Amino acid sequence: MKQQFTILTSTCVPLPLENVDTDQIIPARFLKATTKDGFGDNLFRDWRFDKAGRPNPDFVLNQDIYKGEILVAGKNFGSGSSREHAAWAITGAGFRAVVSSFFADIFKNNAMNNGLLPVVISPDFLAEVFACLEKDSADTLTIDLPQQTITHNATGRAESFDINPFKKDCLVNGLDDIDYLLARRNKIETYERQLWSK
Amino acid sequence: MKTLFDKIWEQHIVDTLPDGTAQLYIDRLYCHEVTSPQAFAALRERGLAPFRPDKITCVADHNIPTLNQEKPIADPISRNQVDTLERNCREFNLNYYGLMHPRNGIVHVVGPESGLTQPGMTIVCGDSHTSTHGAFGAIAFGIGTSEVEMTLATQCLLQRKPKTMRISIDGQLKTGVTAKDVALFVISRMTTGGATGYFVEYAGEVIRNSTMEERLTICNLSIEMGARGGMIAPDGKTVEYVKGRDFAPHGEEWDRAVARWQTLHSDADAVFDKEINFRAEDIEPMVTFGTNPGMGISVCDNIPTIESIDEAGRASFRKALDYMGFKAGEPVAGKAVDYVFLGSCTNGRVEDFRAFASIVKGRRKAANITAWLVPGSWEVQRQICAEGIDKILADAGFELRQPGCSACLAMNDDKVPEGKYAVSTSNRNFEGRQGPGARTILAGPLVAAAAAITGCITDPRNMIC
Repeated sequence: MKQQFTILTSTCVPLPLENVDTDQIIPARFLKATTKDGFGDNLFRDWRFDKAGRPNPDFVLNQDIYKGEILVAGKNFGSGSSREHAAWAITGAGFRAVVSSFFADIFKNNAMNNGLLPVVISPDFLAEVFACLEKDSADTLTIDLPQQTITHNATGRAESFDINPFKKDCLVNGLDDIDYLLARRNKIETYERQLWSK
Repeated sequence: MKTLFDKIWEQHIVDTLPDGTAQLYIDRLYCHEVTSPQAFAALRERGLAPFRPDKITCVADHNIPTLNQEKPIADPISRNQVDTLERNCREFNLNYYGLMHPRNGIVHVVGPESGLTQPGMTIVCGDSHTSTHGAFGAIAFGIGTSEVEMTLATQCLLQRKPKTMRISIDGQLKTGVTAKDVALFVISRMTTGGATGYFVEYAGEVIRNSTMEERLTICNLSIEMGARGGMIAPDGKTVEYVKGRDFAPHGEEWDRAVARWQTLHSDADAVFDKEINFRAEDIEPMVTFGTNPGMGISVCDNIPTIESIDEAGRASFRKALDYMGFKAGEPVAGKAVDYVFLGSCTNGRVEDFRAFASIVKGRRKAANITAWLVPGSWEVQRQICAEGIDKILADAGFELRQPGCSACLAMNDDKVPEGKYAVSTSNRNFEGRQGPGARTILAGPLVAAAAAITGCITDPRNMIC
């Protein structure tokens, strides 16, 4: 059973850059582990720390005013490598949702397979959220997965978002694809028999 | 009425969920040491073993040195990761090509050259460049570790059907324009997210005229415009390439397979969700100037000006140029370079080494250049030596290293130092991709060779004999 996701209200960490790739989320030199633990410490490593390992005060994760369980990022977030370590790094750092106007496909799947909800909002809404967060870091977003809505609580602006029904069901109930597939191994064996008889 | 993608997809549907998600059967799972250990561990936690071990091949490639592979890996953490893969393969009796195995190399080079990759298959690997195998007319795409676990456990994945896109490139390529230039050109026009949500079929005269290795390069880079995968309909060249390879079908089975492969093409009246057309004559030798593969221009062009970038993208554009130490609007040709990397699943095959050698033959490596020439596999290395390319390279001052992913992602010691410039035949120029602070200029093997000789970004057409 994985962590369930229903309704989340949280302050946000804004990262208003486009095309944030998985090499930035977790650089390759940190991919040598054989477990899923500890990647959060190196999330955005080369933006967050200098060469000597000192925190970079200009980077948002080092600014005390920005905390929360929702990461808000520019379009095409998670492009590049298929490394699921990117999703492990983001959840490892305490995030439960990422909001952007556009996600790379593999990252989106990896996120959902780890209980991390990718929420797609319109470019216009995203620009507004960034502008508000710059003025007031205490602004919160509410993500309601059962209703598929996201609300910017300071302004009341809300949008609905898409998610495929199967994945939504998995996230709401804390299930994963393997539970489903294992229950249907007989179908797989039937498929294989049909294939081999051709 | 069906696209090539539709045909292969439909043949692999085991079942369809009420919401339309497909339970897709997977013909080949390739694993490497970096994205598989957590999948094997999770499988064990569930008390399971691989469901169809004969459909799985594992290769150590990402996190290995390219020198002294005959000795134990010096870095204990890297050694543990490779040892973990070997242990998993031994425990579950999986086909494994470890260090110094004659079949070892980059998984996306090994799959095709061993004959494991065949037309009409579904192929997955925990690596985004799995799209490479689409060159054979296969549905091949990168997956995450959870999906590796799913495939290990059930030989199936739950997938939404992506949209289809056809990119046609017609006309005749100019002299000195390689498959890598074609791909970098297409990505520069499509942008780094322009094909997200789509599976791409490449078509047109340029594709029909291309060799299998050129097709591998083009399909390899599909992910760099966000596409789930790229594919090319199999033809006589595909069949000829697969024939006789270790894992290719033999005898009657071969005849049946070829008959099946001949049905693998998009029907004349097939409808794609999106159609894009490019002209071969518009493509020049390409280089990137920024920090994603969509930031590419002709080697003869100037870097775009700030004004030409849309408002929302300017912060990222400025950040990219700052990182690269370049100025908007200035030419790229003549920029000094420190490192040259020839290799990777994009450009680590024998044709790439032939192209590189064609430029450096009879010349000398520039004194300021450190060059890493890394064959994509031992098979490629053997071809290089059989053709005498190694001697041409040695005479020009270059050495060959041992196969692996190497400086493409710099998990090993092949790291470009901070602030240094590398002309690289690999696939990604992200910040820090080739080492913290490293500045990557993506290019094809001819541009890389020209840079290695002149010490700066150079149009290779001036050097073609």
